Amino acid sequence: MSDAQAGGRLATELRLDDADGFYERLIDMNKGLTEQEALHVNAKLVLLLANHIGESDVLEEAMAAARAGVEGSA
Amino acid sequence: MTTYTYPRFDYVKPAELSGGTASRHPVAVVGAGLVGLTMALDLAQRGIACVVLDDDETVSHGSRSICQAKRTLEIWDRLGVAGKMMDQGVTWNDGRVFYRDSELYQFNLQDIPDSKFPAFINLQQYYVEQYLVEAAQVNDLIELRWRNQVTGIDTAAADGVTVHVDTPDGKYSLSCDWLIAADGARSTIRREMGLDFIGEVFQDHFLIADIEMQVDFPVERRFWFDPPWGPEQSALLHMQSDNKWRLDFQLGWDIDKEREVKPENVIPRVKRMIGDDIEFEFEWISIYTFQCRRLEKFKHGRVFFIGDAAHQVSPFGARGGNTGVQDADNLGWKLGLVLNGRAPEALLESYDQERVPASAESIMHSTRATDFITPKGPVSRAFRDAVLELARDYPFARALVNSGRLSTPTLLRDSPLNSYNVGFNGTGVTLGTPCPSVPVEAQYEGGDAVSHLPDALGGGFCGLYFAETEGDIPGDILSGLLDLAGADLPVSTFLVSPLQNAASKLRGLFDRLGAVTQALAAEPGTFYLVRPDQHVCARWRSLDIGQLETALHTAVAQRQSGAEQAASGG
Ligand SMILES: Cc1cc2nc3c(=O)[nH]c(=O)nc-3n(C[C@H](O)[C@H](O)[C@H](O)COP(=O)(O)OP(=O)(O)OC[C@H]3O[C@@H](n4cnc5c(N)ncnc54)[C@H](O)[C@@H]3O)c2cc1C
Repeated sequence: MSDAQAGGRLATELRLDDADGFYERLIDMNKGLTEQEALHVNAKLVLLLANHIGESDVLEEAMAAARAGVEGSA
Repeated sequence: MTTYTYPRFDYVKPAELSGGTASRHPVAVVGAGLVGLTMALDLAQRGIACVVLDDDETVSHGSRSICQAKRTLEIWDRLGVAGKMMDQGVTWNDGRVFYRDSELYQFNLQDIPDSKFPAFINLQQYYVEQYLVEAAQVNDLIELRWRNQVTGIDTAAADGVTVHVDTPDGKYSLSCDWLIAADGARSTIRREMGLDFIGEVFQDHFLIADIEMQVDFPVERRFWFDPPWGPEQSALLHMQSDNKWRLDFQLGWDIDKEREVKPENVIPRVKRMIGDDIEFEFEWISIYTFQCRRLEKFKHGRVFFIGDAAHQVSPFGARGGNTGVQDADNLGWKLGLVLNGRAPEALLESYDQERVPASAESIMHSTRATDFITPKGPVSRAFRDAVLELARDYPFARALVNSGRLSTPTLLRDSPLNSYNVGFNGTGVTLGTPCPSVPVEAQYEGGDAVSHLPDALGGGFCGLYFAETEGDIPGDILSGLLDLAGADLPVSTFLVSPLQNAASKLRGLFDRLGAVTQALAAEPGTFYLVRPDQHVCARWRSLDIGQLETALHTAVAQRQSGAEQAASGG
């Protein structure tokens, strides 16, 4: 799967300037939330980030990468 | 309950049953609904006689379409019926979207400031059909046959179709060269031909209440997501003519329909939306469900499907009737040219090639809107609510809010009838787009009623040549254009000029405001070739007259020996 994306435009090298700090804040953002509330907050986050990125081909690549390997049993 | 008086159209014993000679009809239209009637008027304008068969004897029952879009009005204007619609309809361009207890944003749909028609008028379908019938009744080329129910058809013959009809006086058969199925969502013809729909049926119920009340609410479309005043998941409010208002409530799937349509159960919903102290009366209450689906192909031999018989969408976006009217607009000129011997039958295939993608686009918009309005599970719902919440504070998120993408004309971008697109770099009016309704002044005899570009174009092939004066047009080009104006398949060219009285041999259009030149990204020497349905099919920033004939042949699906490959570069 990741081979297919090798030539894509989604930046997959490390770009976070503070990886550990970001991760901590991501978990903090979800603190004290029920699963449903967290779903809601994370959805807002995805939308804000998606708009920041803007380009649909990059977003599609990211969605494909996120979904890769998850068959889905729903 | 209603203040509208339903007209009753008289059944007349058809010639076939009264011993008269049964003539063969060039075209039979089945269904005198919004779309079938538009079709008949369009054909008549092109000199084609048709018989229209309808199983009923009045206009559309109850409350259905209300939002009639600008493109539809332009088409009806060409057919001479838009005036009455405008007089009776309610004009609107604005809308507001609410989420829970607050307003999210407002929008305005008018894209061209000085265009002839607003983005929409709201006019009940019964009025629309009444005006279309009135126009058809006084047209000698249209024979309306009420209470003529089509029960079956026979398509075995290569040169025509036989239609079986049931009337109060018994059964008869009629034959025609071409059959147009405009018999709505439950099309008998579709069923008889065993054709299936592809698409989706949505599991949701919506309640419509049309009420009469005297209020001075602004004329705008109001849409609520999760209104604080009700258990409904979404709601819609529209003004209609005669102080009628359309209230539309999403009820969900598991409901007791019988119970929900009882006025005593609808009253509280209405009051929650409009307030406790406004007096109102019901005109109509019903529950509807909807589909977003279409036939795979709209042309089957000598049978064409138009309107709801070919495709259905959810009401969000007002696309049903408006898409159907564009079907009629697309088919009319093609059948006209073929029946008048001016174009090969191959042209008729382009109806399918153009309207199937148009319908697919409409269905795509309608499906997306429906998925947004009625999220299908907890995750969809979370994203939907996330969008709505963000939309309050962040303008970007408003673009994601989808309460229905309202009907706009379909751009026939990939039409096989399109050809040269030279030198525009994507500016101006692209191939497949209808000519915009920008103001212009006609300076030729008979142009008195022209106020906007589409008025001048009428219903034939037209050219728009841009120059200051006729003298600026190179001699060979001018004589070429004049020859084409008198050809078997005429193209009448207008000279569009920023100066008054610039034309003498061509017909002059004075672009006083520069609106045409600007909208079409024209410069001196620019030429647009416009089809009889006013869609652009070829254009040159600087006309190459040698290519014009090829473009014209392409536009009527005429194969040329050694035809040049149409260039594309714009
Ligand atoms: C609640 C609601 C709201 C809507 N709002 C809008 C809107 O705002 N804007 C919009 O553009 N569209 C809207 N629509 C859609 C619109 O009503 C339809 O798309 C439109 O009526 C389609 O027109 P039609 O002529 O194809 O079919 P119809 O209007 O259904 O007409 C079909 C005709 O064929 C006749 N017929 C059927 N079978 C036979 C037979 N066997 N023999 C002879 N005659 C027959 C019928 O009597 C009828 O007259 C709405 C629909 C609904 C339900």
